[in-house]
Amino acid sequence: MDFNDTKEEAAFRAEARSWIAGNAPAHLAAPLASSTFGGINTGDEDPLQAAKAWQKKKADGGWACLQWPTEYGGRGATPMQSVIWSQEEGVYGKLSGTFIIGQGMCGPTLIAYASEEHKRRFLPKMASGEEIWCQLFSEPVAGSDLAGLRTKAERDGDDWVINGQKIWTSGAQHSDYGILITRTDPTVAKHKGLTMFFLDMKSPGVDIRPIKQVNGQSGFNEVYFDNVRIPDAQRLGDVGNGWQVSLTTLMNERLAIGGSIATGVPEVRELVESLNMGPGKAIDNPAVRSKLADWYAKSSGLKNTAARSLTALSKGDVPGPENSIGKLVVGGMMQDIAKFAMDIQGFGSLVMDPEVAEGNARFQAMLLRSPAIRIEGGTDQILRNIIAERVLGLPADMRADKGLPYNEIPTGS
Amino acid sequence: MNFDFSEDEKLVADQVQRLLSDHCTTAHVRQVLEGDASMAKEAWSGLVDMGLPGTVVPESYGGVEAGYLTLCLVAQQLGAHVAPTPFSSSVYLATEALLQFADEAQKSTWLPKLAAGEVTGTLAVNETTDEVSQNNIDSIVADGHLSGRKLIVADGLTADIAVVLAVAKDGGPALYLADLRHESVERDAVETVDPTKASATITFDGVPVELIGGAGEGWQNLQRLYDRAAVLFAFEQIGGAQSALDMAVAYAQERFAFGRPIGSFQALKHMMADMYVALKLAESNCYYAAWALASDSADLPLAAATARVSATQAYQLCSRDNIQVHGGMGFTWEFDCHLYYRRSNYLALQLGGLAAWEDRLVDVLPLGDSPEAA
Repeated sequence: MDFNDTKEEAAFRAEARSWIAGNAPAHLAAPLASSTFGGINTGDEDPLQAAKAWQKKKADGGWACLQWPTEYGGRGATPMQSVIWSQEEGVYGKLSGTFIIGQGMCGPTLIAYASEEHKRRFLPKMASGEEIWCQLFSEPVAGSDLAGLRTKAERDGDDWVINGQKIWTSGAQHSDYGILITRTDPTVAKHKGLTMFFLDMKSPGVDIRPIKQVNGQSGFNEVYFDNVRIPDAQRLGDVGNGWQVSLTTLMNERLAIGGSIATGVPEVRELVESLNMGPGKAIDNPAVRSKLADWYAKSSGLKNTAARSLTALSKGDVPGPENSIGKLVVGGMMQDIAKFAMDIQGFGSLVMDPEVAEGNARFQAMLLRSPAIRIEGGTDQILRNIIAERVLGLPADMRADKGLPYNEIPTGS
Repeated sequence: MNFDFSEDEKLVADQVQRLLSDHCTTAHVRQVLEGDASMAKEAWSGLVDMGLPGTVVPESYGGVEAGYLTLCLVAQQLGAHVAPTPFSSSVYLATEALLQFADEAQKSTWLPKLAAGEVTGTLAVNETTDEVSQNNIDSIVADGHLSGRKLIVADGLTADIAVVLAVAKDGGPALYLADLRHESVERDAVETVDPTKASATITFDGVPVELIGGAGEGWQNLQRLYDRAAVLFAFEQIGGAQSALDMAVAYAQERFAFGRPIGSFQALKHMMADMYVALKLAESNCYYAAWALASDSADLPLAAATARVSATQAYQLCSRDNIQVHGGMGFTWEFDCHLYYRRSNYLALQLGGLAAWEDRLVDVLPLGDSPEAA
């Protein structure tokens, strides 16, 4: 057991550090560091343009999508090197949020299922941030029960014709392309009648409508499909095999999300050290100390669990469903932290004005954004089912739709 | 970076696992629980035959010098089997105190005997039902003789020697070594929530003792000892938590209600998923603390407190909810659930309770150190 870098790791770290020192947008470091939860602060610059500029520079220098093969715009690096890079990239990594879904989920799906020609055409531009991708999976009636989705794809000559609606599509409004899961056969069991495609988001018939969220922002969208045509050549995997393809995407989601999670712990730590409470500071209060210790232990447990997964990955093991714990722990914890941080400040902490509220109103932003963490990318309940069934080996749930053809499943509407 | 135990370390753990599967079944644990045995004797002699009481004792003192990482994995197995042996008291506390603080003569006298299992030791600190502090230690040493009463000493019924926290008549607190076989020592069995720990109230009435470590350094040295021992106890805790979780999962698969295995109900699945999450976090913190202990890292106090807090939480949660998964059967003497419940609560308090360790964690948290999940 050794936590220090090996000689090779140290050399790689030095190389990354020196490239970053010479190339990173240093003028953005301070605003980025003061970003509150749910958005990035790039000062006077447009956040999307700033993100694209840094991504392009990284790609040109060979520092984008490190683990992808070089012919697709990557570096052919090891998982360990990729983590070292993220550690060194530090605050500038906040600029990568726009690209995570494409690079973390769509990219690996294309690598596994797209034609060689498509891989060479699309992956390098995905890596360089010149083209942004989104993932069109969830629907109004199919969230946790994703395989119950309704969006129809019907064959017409060399094309497929798509009709239906997706929802909760992050970043659809900036996206150039997307991967899309559809129902191609409603007469077989729900998991068996699905097919995956990728499409140009500018295709005629695609209508993108931002969703106004609880926190007033619009990171998510509804996407409507009205007779949208997709060439059969853009099918990913066999007809009827879409569920298998989606599992590749979702497995990579665990890796992408496991990459770096904000927990709220450093922020609350900073708060309780400066906040006056009774005769002293909040951190002198035993109830505060107890909570801070618990949160620290949890976030430290996640960090150390990630280090164990990384060791397993370096030895050639495949990341398993046990990585689901990260988001499950963080969602609830961040919501608790936001509530607690405001609780100990009192009535005045309800003020949302960043000029007035402590720390640029970070806890208020956290309070209003954190409910979504417990839902997006798998609800807390679905994640517990995954842990119970796939890690602990407990029996599957009894399903009312088991074995039924999709078009005979009760819908309640 | 390599965040895993070596094959050699795992091999020792496998051997201990085999030994305990044969000689430390829950039937053996129950013999001690029911008062029919003072410890799991065959398990203890097996551990001694493998040289494990001397795992971290230098070869020059008769140990095997296999390192703290090995000892952590041994502790995990002992915890998993709720082992009623004097191992934890003798190895993580008494032997460790001598290794850290004793002088050459004391080490030469006692370490070979402890490493060979010829004598066992323990640590005697608490005198009242309040959490230990510098204000509630009244045992006193005058002219090299100790007088006082220690309310609860783990394995105090069976230990031969004890490291004792006491106050010097003309000075501050210090650690002393006492021979518990001396005629002026009186030991009374004390009933606790976990009778498998052979706990005793020990009264010293002018017992000759030797100073271990510096005069007046007793409090700091106790803290240093607790930091080290906390890592090993945390491994016992995650071992026990895993056994309790395994027991819950197995029962939920075989017990049927409403025509289906109860493990197919989400209410129980989610409870067990939460047990797993708590255990996983604790396990990973324990791994880090093991490394900090083995490499003498400056991070040890923080790593130990972090491992201790999360391992205490995990074991208490897993042992408690294991009973809940079993329903009424879990509350019977006949089912083994209470063995884990008892031990989890004993271990949670033995080095000071959760609140004390949470406080300690915040005390040693350096400014600016707050991990984001990497």
